[in-house]
Amino acid sequence: MKNNKLKAWLYLLPAIAFLGIFMVYPLVDVFVYAFQEGFNFASQTYKGVGWHNFSYVLRDPYFLQAIKNTFIIVIITVPASTGLALLISLGLNSIKPLKNLFQTVYFLPYVTNTLAVGLVFMILFKKTAYTDGLVNLIISWFGGEGIDFIDGPYWAKMFVMCFYTVWVVMPFKILILTSALASVNEDYYKAAKIDGTSKSRIFFRITLPMISPMIFYLVITGFIGAFKAYSDEVAIFGTDLNVAGMNTIVGYVYDMLYGDSGGYPSYASAAALILFVIVLTITVINLMVSRKNVHY
Amino acid sequence: MKVVLDHLTKRFPNRAKGEPDVIAVNDFTFEIPDGKLIGLLGPSGCGKSTCLNLISGLEKPTSGKVWFGDTDVTGLEPENRGVGLVFQNYALYPHLTVRQNIMFPLQNLKGADKLSKEEMLSRAEEAARMVQIEGLMDRKPSQMSGGQQQRVAIARALVKMPRVLLLDEPLSNLDARLRLQTREEIRRIQRETGITTIFVTHDQEEAMSISDQIVVMKLGVLQQIGQPQEVYNDPINLFVAQFLGTPAINTFSGEVKGGQVFIGDEAVLPAPGVPDQKVFVGIRPEGFIPDENGAFSLDLTRIEVMGRDISVVATHPQAQSPSVRAIISSESEVGAASKKVRFSLKPKKVFLFAAESEERIRF
Ligand SMILES: Nc1ncnc2c1ncn2[C@@H]1O[C@H](COP(=O)(O)OP(=O)(O)OP(=O)(O)O)[C@@H](O)[C@H]1O
Ligand SMILES: [Mg+2]
Repeated sequence: MKNNKLKAWLYLLPAIAFLGIFMVYPLVDVFVYAFQEGFNFASQTYKGVGWHNFSYVLRDPYFLQAIKNTFIIVIITVPASTGLALLISLGLNSIKPLKNLFQTVYFLPYVTNTLAVGLVFMILFKKTAYTDGLVNLIISWFGGEGIDFIDGPYWAKMFVMCFYTVWVVMPFKILILTSALASVNEDYYKAAKIDGTSKSRIFFRITLPMISPMIFYLVITGFIGAFKAYSDEVAIFGTDLNVAGMNTIVGYVYDMLYGDSGGYPSYASAAALILFVIVLTITVINLMVSRKNVHY
Repeated sequence: MKVVLDHLTKRFPNRAKGEPDVIAVNDFTFEIPDGKLIGLLGPSGCGKSTCLNLISGLEKPTSGKVWFGDTDVTGLEPENRGVGLVFQNYALYPHLTVRQNIMFPLQNLKGADKLSKEEMLSRAEEAARMVQIEGLMDRKPSQMSGGQQQRVAIARALVKMPRVLLLDEPLSNLDARLRLQTREEIRRIQRETGITTIFVTHDQEEAMSISDQIVVMKLGVLQQIGQPQEVYNDPINLFVAQFLGTPAINTFSGEVKGGQVFIGDEAVLPAPGVPDQKVFVGIRPEGFIPDENGAFSLDLTRIEVMGRDISVVATHPQAQSPSVRAIISSESEVGAASKKVRFSLKPKKVFLFAAESEERIRF
């Protein structure tokens, strides 16, 4: 018996060592950094232990801006992309001809590099000395006034950002949802049809519960992904996100570590921990909501 | 409610490109009398489900009509036909409880038919009582056995008091024992409610045991309709004869010459008035009588004692199957040591079929 236990631990040792070195140790390190006040990177010394890093970060206007941006992106893009993906998947599922073609088209952004998609968005939205950008041309063609979406007002930039994020995350969601919809047994719909069930009732009472595990999966990963957004912002607004006013929490962490004004692992760690707490809270709320509404 | 199929035909475009259309149901004309249980029987892919779907309205016929009583329902949507359908895999909604599943059809009712919550609950209770699952109302389908799920499916089909009940291979997911029990149950429920019922199966024994009438079909074509015993005793062609009965009928290639049926060079039975021709001879397993002076001889392989009966397994060069099976009463004497066993035949258990068309030749 005892021998067996020892053996079990022995077998687990490589995995534990691996996880310990590459996951637990950095996590602990982040924790330690976050609470070391006045840490000096060059001499690897610190002055004391406490909450100072957190209070600094939470009073930093750049961080507050990053939190605001991140939350706006999360709150807009997660429901919008999931809802749109569901609509498109339902449409795809109900057409027979050209279904494969459409599926491929919708999937293209997923296999395309983020930066390339970002470039396309620049061409669409950016004002330069030579052109106002395609979208502005269309707006002015309809008699509207052109806006600089990349260097203009905050809401315009945020609009492009959300549009872009939805665009980038949607293909994956469509892929997941179309296969979820296709895997619902046809007999359920036949049974419902025999019983004279209305279209909306079929959707809300049969289809939605049947694919609810997949929707739940998409919402959770969507939230987490959107909270960790950074590269998409860089793709459109460049690396100086603070100046553009479009920084995100992860962007802030990066800037604190490696940016032009970087070299503050303590502040970066504090910001990262704050993000961690936010994501954890949201995920727990998600799980609690799902208990009631997700049917496995 | 009597159900009449009138030259009903359904074609599907072939799934393989360039092949001709599949005629899943080919010119069906028959009448299902009010309050009877009909067994729709045939091998896999012969169009049984399609036939059922045409009756339920899930599929629209290419041509022909469906009548419920005196109304032409061909153009009606499924929900307006008043049919209940039970699927092979039950198709119970997994996220709903038994009660919610049974109530589901009632909640769809609109306008004048709309029921109050209390009425729905009591109707659901009633339906559940009929199939004896009233104690399981708050379970989810996944928490029940296959047989119980099957009952829920039947209750869900019955709760809206359909005029016609359709069952598509309802027992094929159950184990042998439960199958036996559930089919009796279906028979009882059908008798109690008096709902005209169509029961699809590819298991001939199942169909024979509970149906008032069986309809045998093959490749979309109706072969024979009748009471089970009638069809068994008087098959119209070789296919029907081979499809019905366990163990299956023994088929031999033979010949009619001068009013005698020959299998090999043995004249096994007189067939007065039948013109000389090549034939298939079908002999039911119970059609053999051990007889030392019998006209028909088989090469004995082994003898299986099954209590009341003895099954004689043998071979014959003219047989269409590798082994021939004869069922005889256990009182009769068959020398297990002998190589050849001789039988005389019961004329009523021997059928002749034309070699080309495989149609029955009566004599
Ligand atoms: N939607 C369809 N499109 C094309 N062919 C079809 C379609 N539905 C059925 N068929 C064809 O029609 C024929 C009859 O099918 P059906 O499902 O009615 O058979 P079945 O008797 O119910 O078989 P089983 O016992 O296997 O359930 C088959 O050859 C099948 O391939
Ligand atoms: Mg079928």
